[in-house]
Amino acid sequence: MLKTRIIPTLLWKNFGLVKGEGFDSWRRVGTVLPAIKVYNTREVDELILVDICATQEGREPDYESVAEFSCECFVPLTVGGGIQILDHITRLLHAGADKIAINTAAYAHPYLIQEAANRFGSQCVVVSIDVRHSPAGGYECYSRSGTSATGLDPTSWARQVESLGAGEILLTSAERDGTMRGYDLEMIAAVSSAVRIPVIASGGAGNYAHMSDAITNGASAIAAASIFHFTEQTPLAAKNFLRTRGIRVRPEYRPGSGSSPVPFPSPNLQPA
Amino acid sequence: MTVLVINYGMGNLASVGRAFEECGATVSISDDPRDLDTADRIVLPGVGAFPDGMRNLLIAGWSDKLREVLRNPEVKLLGICLGMQLLAEVGHEGAVTPGLGFIPGKVKRFIPLNGERVPHVGWNEINASHSHRLLHAIPDGTDFYFVHSYHFEASRETDVLATTQYCGNFNAIVASGNIFGMQFHPEKSSKQGFQLIRNFLAL
Repeated sequence: MLKTRIIPTLLWKNFGLVKGEGFDSWRRVGTVLPAIKVYNTREVDELILVDICATQEGREPDYESVAEFSCECFVPLTVGGGIQILDHITRLLHAGADKIAINTAAYAHPYLIQEAANRFGSQCVVVSIDVRHSPAGGYECYSRSGTSATGLDPTSWARQVESLGAGEILLTSAERDGTMRGYDLEMIAAVSSAVRIPVIASGGAGNYAHMSDAITNGASAIAAASIFHFTEQTPLAAKNFLRTRGIRVRPEYRPGSGSSPVPFPSPNLQPA
Repeated sequence: MTVLVINYGMGNLASVGRAFEECGATVSISDDPRDLDTADRIVLPGVGAFPDGMRNLLIAGWSDKLREVLRNPEVKLLGICLGMQLLAEVGHEGAVTPGLGFIPGKVKRFIPLNGERVPHVGWNEINASHSHRLLHAIPDGTDFYFVHSYHFEASRETDVLATTQYCGNFNAIVASGNIFGMQFHPEKSSKQGFQLIRNFLAL
């Protein structure tokens, strides 16, 4: 059975890892490479790495650094930040990203999603959607690290990116981000039920029960940062908790003996 | 043990190379089919669409050269994800496209049975259909990382080494003689992935 994924998010700014609140008030929380190494030994299910300055500074992704990070990453790595054109995606995948996350560029050039999906397959195209409550009521998507209102409703935008070929949606509540007050469950339920691709809940996890709530409301996976940076809570303990709630998570690998070395019955070629 | 990773312009090669190095192999990433002559193990990785992958393999001359070197049973080929799918006779992703035809079968899109989301993304269990040295120290139920919308339907049951439950049962590992395919990513499957890679090197 497919497992619910627990995904630490690493926000990367000027050579360091940071974590803020409401997409602001950034605090340094270490450096990228050691964090990736530690998370690998702890058998996290995936990692998301976002360069939060690239778009703001109008520059491309930092391929050299991504190559350096991906060398130490033996779980799937999604890389976002600064992607504007197909060539940026090509270069990130060559640098070792397994999936790429598009946010701001998707609003300006929705066909970028389609191009990327056609070229590399939907499975490596994550569309990242940052959401705030709209003054007019309901929700609204924001681009440029949560600073620029797009006028789009997350549910209809999610449907649109799905139809363009997005493979997953990383759905972040900009208001809940870093607050550790819990995910925006209403938003998660609305978007998850609107699309047939996996939705990764992000923004607001403060304890394991919050994660469980997001999953019951339709999320396929859980992204979290502050809870792992600023508390004693860990991805492994999160999994143990979720298991008690009847949610299927990946157990630690136990080698055991496996299948015995019996020659493989192949009709016309030598046994391996 | 020298491992050649085929660079045919389809996706993330560095991770595959790094994982094999971590498992003790000497790795080269090559875009020249002539390099196949000196490889003990060949890896066909790949992220992307079936027609693009196949076209790139044909244009660069990989297809014929692979056929030639794989006549030697000591040389083993591992296709990963799209690389596994390209081993099939035909792909149904976009235009119907002939594959390498190394293992009889076709590649089809998942059809949700119980509201499953497609792509199939994440960690899922594999269960052995046959005993094989490739599965040494991989008990049934071990999780591997999958990310795909299409799957390999093998024509012969004997070519199926392990299956996974999603939209029904699909083939997670196929094998025929010295040719192997894994739908999941061993290079991104943490310790159990390394175990499988070491098993492949030791075959």
